[in-house]
Amino acid sequence: MRLLTGNDLKTGAVTWWTGSDWSLHVEDAADVSGSEDEIARREESARRVNAPNAIDAELQDGSPRPAHIKDRVRALGPTVRPDLTLKPADPEIGNWVI
Amino acid sequence: MYQYDHYDQAMVDARVEEFRDQARRRLEGQLTEDQFKPLRLMNGLYLQLHAYMLRVAIPYGTLNGRQMHALADIADTYDRGYGHFTTRQNIQYNWIKLEDAADILADLAKVEMHAIQTSGNCIRNISSDHFAGAAADERVDPRPYAELLRQWSSFHPEFSYLPRKFKIAVIASDTDRAAMRLHDIGINILRNDSGELGAAFYVGGGMGRTPMIAPLIREFVPLDQLVTYAEACLRVYNRYGRRDNKYKARIKILVHEMGAEEYARQVDAEFAHLLEQGVEPPLAELERIKTFFVDPAFASDAGADIDRSDSDFALWLDRNTVAHKAPGYTSAVISLKPVGGIPGDATAEQMHLMADLARNYSFDELRVMHTQNIVLPHVRKADLHNLWTALDAAGLGSPNLGTVEDIIACPGLDYCSLANARSIPIAQQISERFAASGKTEALGQLKLKISGCINACGHHHAGHIGILGVDRKGVENYQLLLGGSEAEDVSLAKITGPGFDEAGIVDAVETAADIYLRERQDGERFLDTYRRIGMDPFKEALYG
Repeated sequence: MRLLTGNDLKTGAVTWWTGSDWSLHVEDAADVSGSEDEIARREESARRVNAPNAIDAELQDGSPRPAHIKDRVRALGPTVRPDLTLKPADPEIGNWVI
Repeated sequence: MYQYDHYDQAMVDARVEEFRDQARRRLEGQLTEDQFKPLRLMNGLYLQLHAYMLRVAIPYGTLNGRQMHALADIADTYDRGYGHFTTRQNIQYNWIKLEDAADILADLAKVEMHAIQTSGNCIRNISSDHFAGAAADERVDPRPYAELLRQWSSFHPEFSYLPRKFKIAVIASDTDRAAMRLHDIGINILRNDSGELGAAFYVGGGMGRTPMIAPLIREFVPLDQLVTYAEACLRVYNRYGRRDNKYKARIKILVHEMGAEEYARQVDAEFAHLLEQGVEPPLAELERIKTFFVDPAFASDAGADIDRSDSDFALWLDRNTVAHKAPGYTSAVISLKPVGGIPGDATAEQMHLMADLARNYSFDELRVMHTQNIVLPHVRKADLHNLWTALDAAGLGSPNLGTVEDIIACPGLDYCSLANARSIPIAQQISERFAASGKTEALGQLKLKISGCINACGHHHAGHIGILGVDRKGVENYQLLLGGSEAEDVSLAKITGPGFDEAGIVDAVETAADIYLRERQDGERFLDTYRRIGMDPFKEALYG
């Protein structure tokens, strides 16, 4: 599957295209296979996202998991600062990244 | 330290307002990202892995307490309560919002700081010896020369769009504490046979994907021609440096392909031409700058006796203090490398504390080291125990300067969009491994440097032990390198062989360290033993 990701223009926060909006959480991301360029163009021109790009992912336990470690780190936050990640209370989240 | 004059302040203030308008236009949609990107980069604002990242320049690593307090306030107000001190003596904030960026630059301008030329293909922040003005072995304080070059290179219209970024280091001692010969231009202020001060120019060094040691281009440039000669070096680069290939665009490639002799000849020709143009600022300007770098009022009766009865304090003294030029004083290094910590990170609270300690114990001066630690340059020996007590209570008293626990690590894949592998967890695991094993003391000086990609921000080429993180089919892999040095005995590390996974690289470092402990002779550092016995014993132990 393909996911569309980018950054919020104002805050720089990593965001994911859900099919109708942008979310901070990769588990909300929709498969955009075949339509990623069109969505990216539209959303970027409307300034709802900055620097959009599509990445490869796979479904794992029903949720999308980016194929590359860089995108997984990007989705979660720095592995060395669990307190700053999106899931600071999940002790197993490191396994999802690595 | 240098203080802005009217022109400095007006330029920086104007730049803040210019950027405020640019950011507003971007947020309102009047600028596209393609149009805005070069503008934000000119102000040190990157878009990194998790958010915008702001890199703030700290010229030659020198700060006063007010500036450090301001950096702490920015961490608290606009970021997530911490900052990261870098291998170019700067500080980076990892969680910046575009809508706050102009306000941050305005706050910086209030304390005579900015983020200009911390990105882009221009002359970057000029680095120097972190013990400048304090070191017992320096000929002169190199910072006035670095400041002169900073002023020359700031907003230089001819050098704002170079083929590639450009880094200059200035030192003034035989001991190189600034990786001088691994810069695009390395300058060593020295005396000629007549006792006159001048500058030796080394050009074409660097790390990155093609590491090179800068060759000596000119042995002695008189101080009243310093800027002119630097300008000639840049002009030849600007004329012939490759703009068709980003990976061959640094001056080191030009000097290498042209040959150092031919490059020097071309620089000499340009230099002769420029001397007729009168581009050199009058020496009076250098003298004016020097007045900002006069010694503080050292006490003549500072005293040199230190009570070493506290063994923890004594260990910190032995490892983290450095000889000072003034009797009764020392330079104290605040380690930002606690065991298992993130190299170079400091919380806002720690920054505030360091600023307060600088005011109380070091004439209000601090320095950022390229090794990602902080220096209080002028501390009375009589004050050291009080200083250490305060540092230790704040988690800043690690006694590990120059040891295997004093690891340089770039932000790596945890923060950097260019990285291929994480650097910080490797540093954390290595420091924990050696702290637990008790081998740190026995290993003595062992410089370990980790980069998360080939760009080498973690200086892995210059590590006695270097680690380079690579991407092997989507999995982090780590190459081990041995034998590098950024110091006066400069050398480039060599790869041992096939890479290791995350656990394997930590084991490999310990294996290499054990070979050193087995093979060393009296007084040898790790680097000395490696140079004597070569790579083979290490490869044998690592790969069988």
